[in-house]
Amino acid sequence: MADLTEDFLHLHLKTPFVLASGILGTSPSLMVRCAHEGAGAITSKSCGPEARAGHANPVTLAWKDGVINAIGLTNPGATEEVALLRETKKRLKYLGVPLFASIFAPTLQGFGEVARVIAEAEPDLIEVNISCPNVSSEFGTPFSASAVSAAAVTREVRRVVSLPISIKLAPNVPEIGDMAYAVAEEGADAITAINTMPAMLIDAYAAMPVLQNRTGGLSGPALKPIALRCVAEIASRVSLPIIGTGGIASGLDAAEMLMVGASLVGIGSAIWQDGPAVFGRIAKELGDFMDEAGYSRCEDLRGRALR
Amino acid sequence: MKPKGLFSVFTVQEVRCENAYTRTLIFDSPLLDSQPGQYVMAWLPGIGEKPFSISDDDPLGLTIADVGPVSRALTKLTLGERVWVRGPLGRGFTLASHSHLLVGGGYGAAPLSLLAKRARQQGHPVMVALGAKTKDDLILVSAFSAMGCQVFLATEDGSAGIQGLVTGAMEQAVAGGCPETLYACGPNGMLMAVAAFAREKKLPAQLSFEALIRCGVGLCGSCELPEEVCNKLGIPTGFLVCHDGPVAAIV
Repeated sequence: MADLTEDFLHLHLKTPFVLASGILGTSPSLMVRCAHEGAGAITSKSCGPEARAGHANPVTLAWKDGVINAIGLTNPGATEEVALLRETKKRLKYLGVPLFASIFAPTLQGFGEVARVIAEAEPDLIEVNISCPNVSSEFGTPFSASAVSAAAVTREVRRVVSLPISIKLAPNVPEIGDMAYAVAEEGADAITAINTMPAMLIDAYAAMPVLQNRTGGLSGPALKPIALRCVAEIASRVSLPIIGTGGIASGLDAAEMLMVGASLVGIGSAIWQDGPAVFGRIAKELGDFMDEAGYSRCEDLRGRALR
Repeated sequence: MKPKGLFSVFTVQEVRCENAYTRTLIFDSPLLDSQPGQYVMAWLPGIGEKPFSISDDDPLGLTIADVGPVSRALTKLTLGERVWVRGPLGRGFTLASHSHLLVGGGYGAAPLSLLAKRARQQGHPVMVALGAKTKDDLILVSAFSAMGCQVFLATEDGSAGIQGLVTGAMEQAVAGGCPETLYACGPNGMLMAVAAFAREKKLPAQLSFEALIRCGVGLCGSCELPEEVCNKLGIPTGFLVCHDGPVAAIV
């Protein structure tokens, strides 16, 4: 029987699967439900300085090749979030599942402020979301668009908190390896890649975009080949551990993600098909594949496709 | 119904006035493979998208109360106008026996009408208890009667049926003998009272919850049933109304 446990930074995870940020929000009971179903770690939905209601419906559409969403960073604001994260952390600790807290901010200083507040909840890692594609009308170009601004955010968060930090990168940049290098130089402990891909779907009968926000982030199966390419480029450029996220919906998908160099595998849109039970299914499929192909541990797969 | 993209496009064929602020839109074609208690997301391009339970499936019928900008625009639609629909979504009611008590609070009557239709098609006896603030707030009463259901009413001001809450009408319904299964839809407070009643009578019950549904596909987490409601009703916590529900069976 393949061993799916994984050591990541200072943490020991029961499986390499991480609930991706933005899926199922921040409620303790939903985070715990995912842990029960087999998530090795949980990422909370991105939290910013102020409460946000998010965009109006339609906010999410499942179509044949995946999902497109523009939820609009719905969150209760950093201060409220701390209480939720504390409760979630308490319950997850009991299950031996680490909590990653995702943060965003509209300004460079804002990232530092939110990180400082969120650190009070003592998450096991802070994931810095510099790449939400759905709020550019309010916040301007994401910090993920240039290596200089990504590095500046990393430096600011690093200055404020001593907790491990992972920077979440966007796929829509010319050289994602350069982005990874820039944030690694500023003291990031890990990299999460990738965020969703900015996209648009049109309803021909309505002759207009289906999302109220007009554009949204593409996820699900259509995103997987892009994510694999991005993670491969990052793994070839830096030695930081990578949380590889994007379109992973089966055990084989997860094996592919490990083989391009990911240490952990984010699961998000796949929950659309099976609900949180998807964690158990993917874990079983990965274990079966490893048994069949003769791998005993996840680290035996890591980076194998890069050689 | 136009061929399926992300949404199916339905055309309004008939508008029934249920009360001063509620309309049932009857569309031009059926909603295939739908189960009573499931819902659809109805989109008016440029205006917005909201969840509505399916009050009839062949042809599709949606009973809509004017409570906000999107539902207002829907209730103002006229014959020949179009609505973009995705669904059926979620898990609905299952006819679990041969005699049924349906309990609807306010708009909760809407999904029960398709359930009543299915039960009556199989020749099962159906009792329906409906509650609302006043006589003018009740909906679908004649629709249930026309299907051959035995209808019991309660209004808070006593203007129709007994004076009080729908639980009173429910008590009245079972006075002459208890059906085998209970189904209810309405606000959480009402559903808690119905659940307590079901437990006391040892009746299996299926409850349909109302919630703020945003994504409709179990991803955003907006519609989670409050933990204290889950704990009181013995439903696993982290229950997503859009995906795990809207119907939950309790024993």
